[in-house]
Amino acid sequence: MKQYAYFPGCSASEGGARAYGHSALAVSRVLNVELVEIEDWNCCGSTPYSSFEELASFCLSARNLALAEQKGLDIVTPCSSCYVILSRTNAYLKQYPHLKAQVDESLAAGGLEYHGTVRARHLLDVFVNDIGYDAIGAAVKRSLEGLKVAPYYGCQLVRPKFGFDHPENPRSMDMLITCLGGEPIDFPMKARCCGGSLIIPEEDLALELIGKILKSAQGGGAECLITPCPLCQTNLDAYQSQVNKKLHTSFNFPILFFTQLMGLAFGLSEEELGLRSCIVPAEKALAKYL
Amino acid sequence: MVSNLKTGSFVDEISAIPGGEGVHNCIQCGTCTASCPNADKMDHTPSELIAMARAGMKNEVLSSNAMWYCLSCYLCTVRCPRGIKQTDLMHALECLAVREGVSHGRTLTPAMYRSFNDFVYSLGTLPEMGFMTWFYMLTNPLRAIRMLPVAIQLLRHGRLHVKARRLTQKGTEQLRAILDKAESLGGAS
Repeated sequence: MKQYAYFPGCSASEGGARAYGHSALAVSRVLNVELVEIEDWNCCGSTPYSSFEELASFCLSARNLALAEQKGLDIVTPCSSCYVILSRTNAYLKQYPHLKAQVDESLAAGGLEYHGTVRARHLLDVFVNDIGYDAIGAAVKRSLEGLKVAPYYGCQLVRPKFGFDHPENPRSMDMLITCLGGEPIDFPMKARCCGGSLIIPEEDLALELIGKILKSAQGGGAECLITPCPLCQTNLDAYQSQVNKKLHTSFNFPILFFTQLMGLAFGLSEEELGLRSCIVPAEKALAKYL
Repeated sequence: MVSNLKTGSFVDEISAIPGGEGVHNCIQCGTCTASCPNADKMDHTPSELIAMARAGMKNEVLSSNAMWYCLSCYLCTVRCPRGIKQTDLMHALECLAVREGVSHGRTLTPAMYRSFNDFVYSLGTLPEMGFMTWFYMLTNPLRAIRMLPVAIQLLRHGRLHVKARRLTQKGTEQLRAILDKAESLGGAS
């Protein structure tokens, strides 16, 4: 059994994407991946902290990395934003000695130290690279044969280049869909931005970006879409009705977390996967496999 | 518009922030601007912003809405032929604007970021419902009405929770001590 320090992030723990957290844990159990949640982890600060107080934003991540280091485990998160923030902190602490000195001094005020030994990983990376496509394929109980799935990577899983996949034309989820028995549907916008957190202060602008992604993804004939990011899922799913209103479209396109699709193929129940939390109902598209 | 802030060492200020040093390397090829999904909404495009910074136009740069429209999608960063961390450069400009107290009347992004950060500082975690409510209260409660259908759907699907995750008392105090120390050190530059 492989062990990791688990950092769910605010959204996938007890926030709006808790179905992501639940399905991530359920799928990990099937694949013999042990996710040991870091006690008392704090919010990664995401983009808002990096945009206001740069030193404090690195300290938020450094505390989580230090707690993972105490366990002697690499840190794994299912959230693309947490992933980028944690990876960026690791890279910057190595690259900028004066920043490291300030972060060390701040951590010391809380009785902590961080030596830079922890790797930050995204859960998708762990599944496809540590566990591997063969083992994932071997765990499939209900092949998703005939299901056309659009793999939507978004931005921060693959950019900047901390990632394990190509920054503009990623393939890992395409291959994941194939080994679950489904058919990946390539689309031009698969690694473009959904508007991110600007959906809150600048919703008109974000709704247009969401509309472009949905149009591109559905244009190839996909029946549903999978994503590795809580914010992408929320934007594409919960705001889909707003997109329809604003752009006069009629999208009714189910948006799943990639862990929900994996769990479906592994024969897990609808409840374990939290499919009811999808705002656009997914049951019809997935009826054959439930 | 006339610069009324000190301009002498603006480029130095930017390049002292980790990630901001790339301001020296730009060749004005415009790849970042061509890659940016929001460039057309910005007062100044990403490459224009760098040119202005190097011309010492501190006030104009810091009062631009450009960096607040940055989505942190990092497309510019991976494409820049000069290896400039353009997204982080945008964050550096945001941090400088906050430090200088420059106001941004035309975008609500700074107000949203501030609400987010206030919650994270006081709780160590982000209660989504509290944060959204607080943000709309602070800015324009009427806008919340437009978003009400989304909130109702989220509630009906069990995705909005009044009760939020809390750190232990010990964890909260530890985090607060770290963040207070960071603040006393006065930023990463």
